[in-house]
Amino acid sequence: MQYLYYPGCSAKGTGYSYEISMQTVFKRLGAEIEEIHDWNCCGSTAGLCFDKYKTYALAARNLALAERQFKGASDEIHILCPCNACLQILVKTDHCIREDPVNGPRIKRALEKIGLSYTHKIVIRHPLDIILNDIGLDAVRELVTTPLKENRIACYYGCQMVRPFSSYDDQHNPTGMEDLMDVLGVPTVSWALRTSCCGSSLTGTLCCGGTVAAPMDEVGLRMSYNVIKDAQYRGADAITVACPLCQLNLECYQDRMRRLFHDDIRMPIVCITQLMGLAMGIPEKELGLNKLFVPLPNHSAIHQEE
Amino acid sequence: MNVVQEQIQDLDHLPVKYEKDADPAFVDEISSLAGVTNLQTCIQCGTCSGTCPSTNYMDIPPHRIINLIRAGFREDVLTSFTPWLCASCYSCAVECPQTISITDVMYAIKQKSLQEKQYPRWFPSPVMVQEFFNAITSRGRIHEGTLILNTFVKTNPILLFKNIKFGFTLWRKGLLEILPPSIQKKDDLKTLLKAMDSPRE
Repeated sequence: MQYLYYPGCSAKGTGYSYEISMQTVFKRLGAEIEEIHDWNCCGSTAGLCFDKYKTYALAARNLALAERQFKGASDEIHILCPCNACLQILVKTDHCIREDPVNGPRIKRALEKIGLSYTHKIVIRHPLDIILNDIGLDAVRELVTTPLKENRIACYYGCQMVRPFSSYDDQHNPTGMEDLMDVLGVPTVSWALRTSCCGSSLTGTLCCGGTVAAPMDEVGLRMSYNVIKDAQYRGADAITVACPLCQLNLECYQDRMRRLFHDDIRMPIVCITQLMGLAMGIPEKELGLNKLFVPLPNHSAIHQEE
Repeated sequence: MNVVQEQIQDLDHLPVKYEKDADPAFVDEISSLAGVTNLQTCIQCGTCSGTCPSTNYMDIPPHRIINLIRAGFREDVLTSFTPWLCASCYSCAVECPQTISITDVMYAIKQKSLQEKQYPRWFPSPVMVQEFFNAITSRGRIHEGTLILNTFVKTNPILLFKNIKFGFTLWRKGLLEILPPSIQKKDDLKTLLKAMDSPRE
């Protein structure tokens, strides 16, 4: 299967470990990935706050570029989008162009001015969706060499992966990640805040909004802290995520949380693709595990035994 | 003084709203903005405020914002910092029994208050949003370092010094590029946005 790849700004910066592990694992699974040439930022939630239709136009440029670049004969072009926020904006843009009788044509006309056209061939998909539905869990199971039994993992879905659009999983109680973890041999924990928001756009700094002023960054930090603390109470040794922003937000601000809430939390946050790679016996460096702020416990022992 | 009397005294401090201050056209103004549907069908059940992860930090909870829009109290809505605390997590939109996309209502309020320059001045999010959009139009991609730098300089420079260590850690891990990335066809973006500015044909 061939996919065009829309990385998003975050994957190229702070989401490096997610990007590199995803590329390695997808290569191993036999999926071809080709980056969209000269893609631009989708506008993210900050763009929607500023001007909605302009943001859609910006995102539509990526969809049109993908259509131009795709060489295959198929009627459907699948875009792989690892970031939940980008995924949601691209899907929203596609909906707007398809359904809005006034602004859809307006965006198309604007695209024509720069020599591009959009003909609704695009399907935007999350890596988890592709792993579950295109590649299939059986194919993953065949490649697993070292089941990861040492750590109990809490699966964190975050917001925009299953909300507001969800074509492949339940909106209120998604289970896709747990199914994948079962295949990898990872014990999972049942917990309450798996689809609660981590407040990434409020802790701000990197993604979407940014409530960075002193009295207010507590809002975002409190939301992340709740997520981590709940996972800890339920006995998780690590949290796995499928979004570069969730990863950054839950992981990198832990020192600030320790100071603000006077609580010594150290929770490793790993990406699903990193765990898949580990179970497949791929070397750590190719998975970006050396970039983690809090190292994954117990696993290095397994790899030394091999 | 019993509890009831105390509560009545509390109510005395609440500002009284008069119908003459309301702007009946406001609800149509907001409804005409992108993505806002079914606003008039709200049954005030409060599910949105219940599911929202940041309600307790807001000055006006989401269901009351909707009622204020319908009642036409323009200034209360546009100067509130509730929309700026919305993390766009879409819990409310998914749970709403009347399928109102409350997240889109929040976007509409933000857009309106930016246009009319009514946003709360001491809040950094509005500055960040504008910096973010400027960054896209000038370079086509977001560079996390520059975005933060600009926002901090314009809102709270002291925080910049507090975060230098964090930035350095990111850089040492190889997670922060020094030079801002940019796309090749930057002019295309400008043409694209200009075409969106022109009136509908």
